[in-house]
Amino acid sequence: MATTIDSPRAPHTVRRNRGVNWEKWGWIYMRASGVVLLILIFGHLFVNLLVGDGISAIDFAFIGGKWSDPFWQVWDTLMLWLALIHGGNGMRTIVNDYATRPLTRKILLAGILVAVVAEIVLGTLVIYTFDPCPVGSPADLLPSFCPVNQ
Amino acid sequence: MPENSAGTMTPRRPAGTLYRGREGMWSWVLHRITGVAIFFFLLVHVLDTAMVRVAPEAYNAVISTYQNPIMGLGETALVAAIVFHAFNGIRIILIDLWSKGAKYQRVMFWIVIGLWVVAMLGFAPRHLINVFTHAMGGA
Repeated sequence: MATTIDSPRAPHTVRRNRGVNWEKWGWIYMRASGVVLLILIFGHLFVNLLVGDGISAIDFAFIGGKWSDPFWQVWDTLMLWLALIHGGNGMRTIVNDYATRPLTRKILLAGILVAVVAEIVLGTLVIYTFDPCPVGSPADLLPSFCPVNQ
Repeated sequence: MPENSAGTMTPRRPAGTLYRGREGMWSWVLHRITGVAIFFFLLVHVLDTAMVRVAPEAYNAVISTYQNPIMGLGETALVAAIVFHAFNGIRIILIDLWSKGAKYQRVMFWIVIGLWVVAMLGFAPRHLINVFTHAMGGA
């Protein structure tokens, strides 16, 4: 009985499990978020570190002024989510490369996931529940637009 | 390795590989190291910024630790890491998506280094002057 062997250059389709190809979307995410993060983080560094007195001028009143503007709230929220997921996925790649024991790998991956989720939740809550004029705080620490400074 | 006229072997850089040796490998190493450093700073930075939700005094206390000269040098190193990671990230995207990206990956590495030097010449003096004049009690 003759056995047929495919020509080495015969078209070949890779069989894969059905469902979402998460690794492919992770690969795309790293590149897409990377480009956006370049713009967001360079803008963040420019406004906070290069304009005026830079880091010397950063205090509660500075943040109060920025986060009273929806533009900077959205800017910082995007930066928070995109950067933590980008960094978390990068750390996942590195753990997968170097952690040889399955248990070590699982613990490290779980740690990254917990840190990323906790910080996204915390950071988002801070941005949107932030009060630039907390009652009872010294007026000289608050932004100039607060009622105590009017 | 090709044989030369003297009959001895001359070393040749490995062909058909991006990550073995020279610029391709070292850019990968730097991308990893800077990425990990930025990730851990990010974790700390979200927490220190979260102090605005505690009290103005709490935030001002934590941010004042970023304003001393030693931390100023640290911030310069952090920005150096971010700028390299950003520019080399664009290089990686071009290697993956531009038809000639792999061919020009080595020259693109040196373009990344050149742009990084320019960016740091723009950033470092200004940031360090801000930090040090403030620390010395200047305006």
